[in-house]
Amino acid sequence: MKKLFLIMLIGAIFVACGPDKPRTSENEDSDSYENIHSNEGANAVAANVNDGKGIGQVTEVTLNTPLEQERIGRGKAIYEMKCQACHRIDDQRVVGPGWKDVTKRRKPEWIMNMITNVDVMLDKDAEAQKLLELCLTRMPNQNVSVGDARDVLEFMRQNDGQK
Amino acid sequence: MNTITKLAYSVAVVCAAFTIYSCKPAGPDKVLTGDAASKAYVAPGKYDEFYNIVSGGFNGQIGIYGLPSGRLFKIIPVFSTFPENGYGYSEESKPMLNTSNGFVPWDDLHHISLSTTNGEHDGRWAFANGNNTPRVARIDLKTFKTVEILELPNSGGNHSSPYITENTEYVVASTRFSIPIGDNTDVPISSYKENFKGTVSFIKVDTSGHMKIAFQLVTPGVNFDLARAGKGPSHGWFFFSCYNTEQAYTLLEVNASQKDKDFIMAVNWKKAEEYIQAGKGKTTKARYAHNVHNESTHQATSTILEEVLQLDPAELKDIIYFIPCPKSPHGCDVDPSGEFIVGSGKLAALIPVFSFDKIQKAIANKEFEGDFAGLPVIKYESALYGEVTKPGLGPLHTEFDANGNAYTSFFVSSEIVKWNLKDLKVLDRVPTYYSIGHLCVPGGPTKKPHGKYVIAYNKITKDRYLPTGPELTQSAQLYDISGEKMKLILDFPTTGEPHYAEAIPAEMLMPKSTKIYRLEDNQHPYVAKGEGQTKVERKGNEVHVYMTAIRSHLTPDNIEGIKQGDDVYFHVTNLEQDWDVPHGFAIKGANNAEILIMPGETQTLKWKADRTGVFPYYCTDFCSALHQEMQGYARVSAPGSNVPLKYSTGKTDDQTSGAGQ
Repeated sequence: MKKLFLIMLIGAIFVACGPDKPRTSENEDSDSYENIHSNEGANAVAANVNDGKGIGQVTEVTLNTPLEQERIGRGKAIYEMKCQACHRIDDQRVVGPGWKDVTKRRKPEWIMNMITNVDVMLDKDAEAQKLLELCLTRMPNQNVSVGDARDVLEFMRQNDGQK
Repeated sequence: MNTITKLAYSVAVVCAAFTIYSCKPAGPDKVLTGDAASKAYVAPGKYDEFYNIVSGGFNGQIGIYGLPSGRLFKIIPVFSTFPENGYGYSEESKPMLNTSNGFVPWDDLHHISLSTTNGEHDGRWAFANGNNTPRVARIDLKTFKTVEILELPNSGGNHSSPYITENTEYVVASTRFSIPIGDNTDVPISSYKENFKGTVSFIKVDTSGHMKIAFQLVTPGVNFDLARAGKGPSHGWFFFSCYNTEQAYTLLEVNASQKDKDFIMAVNWKKAEEYIQAGKGKTTKARYAHNVHNESTHQATSTILEEVLQLDPAELKDIIYFIPCPKSPHGCDVDPSGEFIVGSGKLAALIPVFSFDKIQKAIANKEFEGDFAGLPVIKYESALYGEVTKPGLGPLHTEFDANGNAYTSFFVSSEIVKWNLKDLKVLDRVPTYYSIGHLCVPGGPTKKPHGKYVIAYNKITKDRYLPTGPELTQSAQLYDISGEKMKLILDFPTTGEPHYAEAIPAEMLMPKSTKIYRLEDNQHPYVAKGEGQTKVERKGNEVHVYMTAIRSHLTPDNIEGIKQGDDVYFHVTNLEQDWDVPHGFAIKGANNAEILIMPGETQTLKWKADRTGVFPYYCTDFCSALHQEMQGYARVSAPGSNVPLKYSTGKTDDQTSGAGQ
């Protein structure tokens, strides 16, 4: 009896007319949001993995001595507007780590990629991920251009005592 | 067979019976085709093809939906306050709802017009009308925000609006209710014929979108209903449906339905421009508000204007001609070619189609049947291209596809009827559930309709959805018109009462959607561009807090020295510069609303400190894992106390000494 019941029920389902077009599985959709984004990440990782420079469009930074004073002024202004809420210039961690000695811990390219490409860095870069585990707040994208990030870097160098 | 098995068995039988039954074309489902679901289905993570910009009627708002999914993305408050984001409550947005009657936080929003260039959608702005306290609003389609509202003087209700000319040169606004205007407005209602006037305002739109009344036409007293601009060959003309040409002032249901024909009013606005240039306009006194939101200061300002330029078409010839149109015309729609004007008499059993070419010839040959209040009335037959016979009952509105077909909504017979513009033959009809008002074909009112769908906006839903007490949801219905037959593929509920709507391809708006406001460009007088600029200032009994918000703290988050009776202004700047990271701000006991602050924006919530104590404030928009930590305290002391004004974030005092004794 139970079997008959099942057959009836299954029959009922199959009898339903207007056969739906078999829908392609969502995984096969090549242009879904997730796929576009994970591909971006994958390519970027392949491009510069494990060289300590991080992931992003900054691959080579030239540092000059003495420091470029104009950049320092601009970098400080950007720091005060977009970074200071979470980063102190001493070694104290508030929301994010303090900036003291950051230029000694990280390559300049890594710093600039972290500033300008933070979402990919947090998803793919092991060092950035360690920081996320420590701070538990995702560093926001503050819409800082590569040029502006270079100015911020110069301000960091000055903060670390470079001349 | 035990009872449970018996029951299950019978359920299966019934189930099977119903499944089989559903194959038969019967009941309301008969128009639903088998692949309807897949046609309206938009997979997770995929985008819709069209934005559907839908009026909310009596909610004073606009709903933004996706097509074909019918998903609701956003509600834009236009003529209504909106506690969800603080529109009409924040100090910055309050001036948007100012009028000559003061703050009017509600209106009845009926119609949408999307801006066009050369008669085609250009994706810059949406215009919307306020029917009750006559206003026209402009919504920026980059930010999906109301950025300008202009009040209309000498109007009794702005229904016939905000229709636009081919290049968005003008937005029109004509009065639904004629009223006495000018110096003497305290007159007997029974003196309608003598004292009541209609007005049609032509609002000039400049390249930045700003609106200004260029001139007002003063017309005989009638009710103006809807309107459409000419395009292509008829560019330079505007067509308005009028009813109550009986000039009734009571029981219009009966008294305004006496005549066999009312009018479509044809306006030669190029001619009106010539008269204005020749200095024939009369400057008259008026009082109306013009409210503009500034995206750099993030503030709106309201200015009261005191003059308007008027033209009298009874004196100045060749501006206005009337065309007889059967039975209280409602819709007045111009086809993509600009040659045909379709009138829809609410009580008519046919649809007249007028020819622009014939209208011009009739004017040239003076084929007039008489005059109405001194203005020429063209002979019906001289203007008529032809009639669609027996289309249905109660035609209201007509939209067009790109293939020479028209789609007319029928309120009384609850259906959409497709007919051919050339031979005026009815091609197809589908029922709507129930009592359709407006309808929309994407790009339907433009020179280049995008076609593909027609959407019905219904007045009654009755049994279509789960009931929710006496008030039921409003609804729209989506039909596929890509084939010869219209096919119903989706019902979707709408907010408020949908009147007119337009739809525009997603790719026209998506790429230019604003993501953030740049902090660098923020010119708000109380902005704090960085935590270094946060502060608290006292000005008499006003306390101004320059506050910043970033994941996940507010600065300052400890404030002391506020006195009972102070007005505290929290000016909150969102320091985020990433898309989709608004912060909210709310404080206990606020008599207005919360505010939402977009990245890079500054918004102000005013709070009356009416009692002593410590009052928490916090971020209301879930922003991060530590969102629940995003909070602060404001201390309010007695008026005579000597607690100094001080503020901080992250500063901890010795617990035993206490903060600010």
